[in-house]
Amino acid sequence: MNQQSGAGKNRRDFLKDCVTGALVAGAAKVALPDAAAGELAGGKSKVVIARDAMLYGSSSTPDSGRVQKLLDHALQSFFDTSDPVAPLKKLVRPGEVVGLKVNTIAGPGLSTHVTLVEAICERLKQAGVKPENIVVWDRTNEELERAGFKLSNTGSGVRVLGTNSKDVGYDEQELSFGSVTTRLSKLLTRTCGCMINLPILKNHGGAGVTLAMKNMYGVNHNPDRLHANNCCPYVADLNMLPPIKGKFRLVIADAMTGCYEGGPGFRPQYAWKYNGLLVASDPVAIDYTAWQIIDRKRAEQGLKPLAESGTPPKYIAVAADPQHRLGTDDPKRIALMEV
Amino acid sequence: MNTKAWRRTLLGAAMAGVLLLSASCRKQAASATSVFPEASEAAGWTKSGETRAFAGDELSSYIDGDAEKYLKAGFRSVSTADYKFKEQTQATVDVYTMTTAEAAKTIFESEPAGNAQNAALGDAARLYSQSLVFRKGPYLVRIVAYQESPGLPQAMVDLGHIMEPKLSR
Repeated sequence: MNQQSGAGKNRRDFLKDCVTGALVAGAAKVALPDAAAGELAGGKSKVVIARDAMLYGSSSTPDSGRVQKLLDHALQSFFDTSDPVAPLKKLVRPGEVVGLKVNTIAGPGLSTHVTLVEAICERLKQAGVKPENIVVWDRTNEELERAGFKLSNTGSGVRVLGTNSKDVGYDEQELSFGSVTTRLSKLLTRTCGCMINLPILKNHGGAGVTLAMKNMYGVNHNPDRLHANNCCPYVADLNMLPPIKGKFRLVIADAMTGCYEGGPGFRPQYAWKYNGLLVASDPVAIDYTAWQIIDRKRAEQGLKPLAESGTPPKYIAVAADPQHRLGTDDPKRIALMEV
Repeated sequence: MNTKAWRRTLLGAAMAGVLLLSASCRKQAASATSVFPEASEAAGWTKSGETRAFAGDELSSYIDGDAEKYLKAGFRSVSTADYKFKEQTQATVDVYTMTTAEAAKTIFESEPAGNAQNAALGDAARLYSQSLVFRKGPYLVRIVAYQESPGLPQAMVDLGHIMEPKLSR
């Protein structure tokens, strides 16, 4: 953990100094398939940023073919392989139900794109996962529909549903860690054996940044109680709960459109086309990287860094501290690949 | 009056207060709900969904972490409805009812103006290519479109002009 300790130059130079894939490929270990996050003995946490400047072309929506290629490129770079399907066979064990936790609270402007989810489903199916063993989910059916997803919970296809669906809901059993006592979605605790986290690159009016770890506010029954003090230490504590820590195996962040101010809702005046995907298995490292991206954009727009704007994402450092060890926020221990 | 009688009186007064406050909130929410124009009122705009309302602590289930800022400033309720512009462009219209005009101003001013253009609406307004924000008294109105569209900025201003007189101070 570093950001309280005079590592400002490192943070500022983090993205600027990142090296290309060839130099770091192989230097970073990827925790698969059992580890939830980047506690990587002796190694670095790998974070891949894949971008395609022509992702949207002249359209307001990303091109589905380019999204598929970008996803493949990101996965290939992250897993250091030429085959984007092979790593998914390791990620999801045979017969396992895999959940894709999307983020749809901001509506159609700033939610996980349907095209990205379709691309991931396609590769999972090619990896041998039965369609009915893929569950695309979020808090509510209404939010999923507003974001463009078509609900489905019957038949042999991919399931798409919210925790508020009939016969789902939250576990009766409360779980606790530190400041957090909560009940988790049964889609996480009972339905799915493993999870892929599909958050959005966003500013957050309380937490500063919302990406991988903050997306878990969509899996518990009382997120409204976890927003004080810049959501700290709530975000870190929530991510310590065993079903979250144990089942989330990969983060594929939708950074096609990002938001540097006014989040987590969609404010088009503060949104920009970043044209990218971020991939990591370390939720702290990828959140730290998102922070740097957002702060860089804020600087371009003449805005103060988040730390000076009353919304420091301090939960990221807490998530990396000795009580949590959910990953690393030390830029020297993050192998960043921009491809 | 003995202690028990005092407790009964205080409890009764407290309950009456809660009922009055609740009725006041409902009135404000109802007032905000009625400002949403129907298709016949606003050229090019079609209301495409039911009006939803969130009061008090329910706000976070609508806008997640942004709720803190509104609650701290002084929030009563928000009504929201989806619209379509020219049958294609999706948009959302939010009407926030704050406790005071100062509270509405606090929220309005907390957002960087960026490249906003001025618009003659309410007490203050900011117009962008895909959104319009204006405040009038305790109300803050936010129109957000999810795609750009020719003529959209002026159409949002026109929609705002239809809504503005319905916002009673």
